[in-house]
Amino acid sequence: MSYAAVHEDDHHDHKPTGIGRWLFSTNHKDIGTMYLVFALIMFFVGGAMAMVIRAELFQPGLQYVDPQFFNSMTTIHALVMIFGALMPAGVGLANWMIPMMIGAPDMAMPRMNNMSFWILPFAFTLLLSTFFMQGGAPAAGWTMYPPLVLQMGDGFPFLIFAIHFLGLSSIMGAINIIATVFNMRAPHMGFMKLPLFVWTWIITAFLLIAAMPVFAGAVTMLLTDKYFGTAFFDAAGGGDPVMFQHLFWFFGHPEVYIVALPAFGMVSDVLATHARKNIFGYRMMVWAILAIGGLSFVVWAHHMYVSGMNPYFGFFFATTTLIIAIPTALKVYNWVLTLWQGNIHLRVPMLFAIAFIFTFVHGGLTGLFLGNVVVDLPLSDTYFVVAHFHMVMGVSPVLVVFASIYHWFPKMSGRMFNETLGRWHFWLTFLGTYSIYLPMHYLGFLGVPRRYYAMGTTDFIPESAQTLNATMTIAAIIVALAQLIFLYNMVISLRNGKKSGPNPWGATTLEWQTPDTPPKHGNWGDELPVVHRWPYDYSVPGEEQDFTPQTVPASEVPVGRDHGVTHG
Amino acid sequence: MSVNKLKQTVLAVIAVSLFLASGTALADYALNLTEGVTPTSHRVYELHMIILYIVTAIGVVVFGVMGWSIFHHRKSKGAVAHQFHHSTMTEIIWTTVPILILIGMAVPATKTLIFMKQTGDAEMTIKVTGYQWKWKYDYLDEGISFFSALHQDSNEARQIDSGIDPNTIENYLLEVDKPLVLPVETKIRILITAADVIHAWWVPDLGWKRDAIPGFINDNWTYIKEPGVYRGQCAELCGKDHGYMPIVLNAVSKEEYAAWVEEQKAEQIEAASGSDREWSMDELMEKGKTVYAANCASCHLPEGQGIEGLFPALNGGAIVNGPVSEHVNIVLNGKNMMPVFKAQLNDVDIAAAITYERNSWDNSTGDVIQPSVVKIAR
Repeated sequence: MSYAAVHEDDHHDHKPTGIGRWLFSTNHKDIGTMYLVFALIMFFVGGAMAMVIRAELFQPGLQYVDPQFFNSMTTIHALVMIFGALMPAGVGLANWMIPMMIGAPDMAMPRMNNMSFWILPFAFTLLLSTFFMQGGAPAAGWTMYPPLVLQMGDGFPFLIFAIHFLGLSSIMGAINIIATVFNMRAPHMGFMKLPLFVWTWIITAFLLIAAMPVFAGAVTMLLTDKYFGTAFFDAAGGGDPVMFQHLFWFFGHPEVYIVALPAFGMVSDVLATHARKNIFGYRMMVWAILAIGGLSFVVWAHHMYVSGMNPYFGFFFATTTLIIAIPTALKVYNWVLTLWQGNIHLRVPMLFAIAFIFTFVHGGLTGLFLGNVVVDLPLSDTYFVVAHFHMVMGVSPVLVVFASIYHWFPKMSGRMFNETLGRWHFWLTFLGTYSIYLPMHYLGFLGVPRRYYAMGTTDFIPESAQTLNATMTIAAIIVALAQLIFLYNMVISLRNGKKSGPNPWGATTLEWQTPDTPPKHGNWGDELPVVHRWPYDYSVPGEEQDFTPQTVPASEVPVGRDHGVTHG
Repeated sequence: MSVNKLKQTVLAVIAVSLFLASGTALADYALNLTEGVTPTSHRVYELHMIILYIVTAIGVVVFGVMGWSIFHHRKSKGAVAHQFHHSTMTEIIWTTVPILILIGMAVPATKTLIFMKQTGDAEMTIKVTGYQWKWKYDYLDEGISFFSALHQDSNEARQIDSGIDPNTIENYLLEVDKPLVLPVETKIRILITAADVIHAWWVPDLGWKRDAIPGFINDNWTYIKEPGVYRGQCAELCGKDHGYMPIVLNAVSKEEYAAWVEEQKAEQIEAASGSDREWSMDELMEKGKTVYAANCASCHLPEGQGIEGLFPALNGGAIVNGPVSEHVNIVLNGKNMMPVFKAQLNDVDIAAAITYERNSWDNSTGDVIQPSVVKIAR
């Protein structure tokens, strides 16, 4: 079943050149690159919107934009960052790495792969074109709560259709990933020999398939409420405005994990490689991912504690929220123990990966305040929430995406990036984002509400809040500029970086064992790799090298150890 | 290389100590949650502090182990990677410990939650209704009812290019034209709802916030211990002026409250009689200016310019310069985003606003609309 025939693909290896190479590409690596470039463009678009928000909040009384436009900025910033930057970045890396990690020549459905990418630019053209319409871009928050969202101008249906397109693209991508992993694994690549990045993406793909249709349905109901006289969410017509919140967060909470799970996977692989040590508790990690994926569908109402629910209902969701904290905590322990007594190489990808643990633990701990059905009441809808989710699903995945791009850049391009520039990028980004989001928690404690265009000045919102706000704006500008270092580094390294060789980090997983670097179309040449061991055989005692690739047969392992082979 | 590793360690220390500082030293510098003035808010504050301590402890342990590993187990120190990949005992322990911690936090939280829901034996009831963008307070036992909107001084200063320095305005954006007045040491039931979109009524010193949802009534209570002025804001995005509908709660002694109630009742009788007499153009224009600023200007803008595609311009607008009856009709009954003002304003206010709109800026219809006309049209 998993023995895909490589030869059939050979006659496709006529490389189209110019724009045709990209428009009609069925090559998983080219499509992955397009996803990554698209994500980077959207990261800068969304970042520019964040700069407008921060500029407006720098000092009380500053007025660069009007309040409606400010609300459009917060709304579109979120949509662009989540659907335009974070998700495509995860999909781009999946496209690049999953076929190589499982030893396949390409994705199972290459043409659908092409289509799921090319839907994205159209979807974002629809979304961003709303800025030029009567009534401006949608300004009801990315959560789109009715009745407010129904007051939006001509841009409203474009928002809905953009979401439909994004959902379509995600679902196609998810189906493709599931089909690929289930059917196209190399000989002897069992599920328990998959690198954790592949595992996290399997679960993510199922989350996408389960959550996206609910979201599409909910926004379609908004559309019919506005234009076709239905009253799904209108109390005056017998509807229920809170119902939309339930539907939205039934999608919205799994969405958090759709962004976070692939990051968990990537960080696991980067940490093990650069700590020269097997990932601690591989089996436990897999179960934790499964548990998180399943539980993510039963915690949604913790986003709605202030909507006024039955206390026992609130108690139920507070409990499930605490339960989901346990597998998440397990993953953190396992990462920390992977570092413990390792042989840590602090190279750029590793710096980003370790920084992720810091920001993720920080975001997870602040989640204990918000998951508590009582303590959430004063903190909900304040900057504490903004700080929490930026820490946990903004900064953390972004740090991991950077870790992954630095980690896999040598394989993707065959060249090394500039280490010094990479370090500058890291320190400015890490310290900078900490200087933005750490003070933001205190703004929330003080009671500064989120989505406020302007802030007052009294005892209730004290002097300290203004100082914090000003500091955060300056830090945000520094972080934004630091991303230009990354862009510059990528551009010059693609042209002038020194040759990296096939496996510069000494990694065990299959993507590093391709015959060519960067890999050619079909990845493996004439023969698929055969897998003999689990993906994390680092520093095995008695071995000459401190890593044993998955393709090394068991017979070559010295007598006296039993790891690896038994562990798959 | 080593400089960077040193930085990493220093950073870990800074991160941990900042988190620690939040609970102790910095508490005096107003960086923490308010303790508030009600039994509920005290309980919420205590729970908050418990979590803060637990979270700080977890952070110290996790970041400590990480910092130690990064410092001692790195390549330049000649570290040799060990070969252990799982330990059942460890995994059992660190699954059990967080479960115990989480249960330890869930039990008091649930108790407080049930405490917060006991609205049964309240001594008085008020209803709070959220509007775009102001609050309405109904004293159900007294028959008193009024709107509370952003204070005129803040409202003028917040307009784009107003040229007014917000620092010169006391309680900028946190002052209202008419505050909510409540007695201390009284169990007050607070019903919360909304007329248009979802808002959230939030006074931090009471220890909770609650969504105001059209078609729903949310049930809450409070018991304020100390007299004082407590300020709050709308906490659920409700459109462009979400940031401009503050809450001011004036908690007074029971005697003062009783006196205030009498005063309000007398005022309402006086206001009701206004619609029966004839008003002059000047009187209506003067009153209309304030009514317009408080109710109309946030959408149609202070000079009646409107916002293209969202709110029609009144300056030179078709309805404002057309037949009076249509103008009165749309103000009374609303249309699309235009609120139903007959539920919000009395006859005098509506007549004054319409007269003002028809005779301001470039509009000069010369029409004087009497409150009696509005009364008949209702």
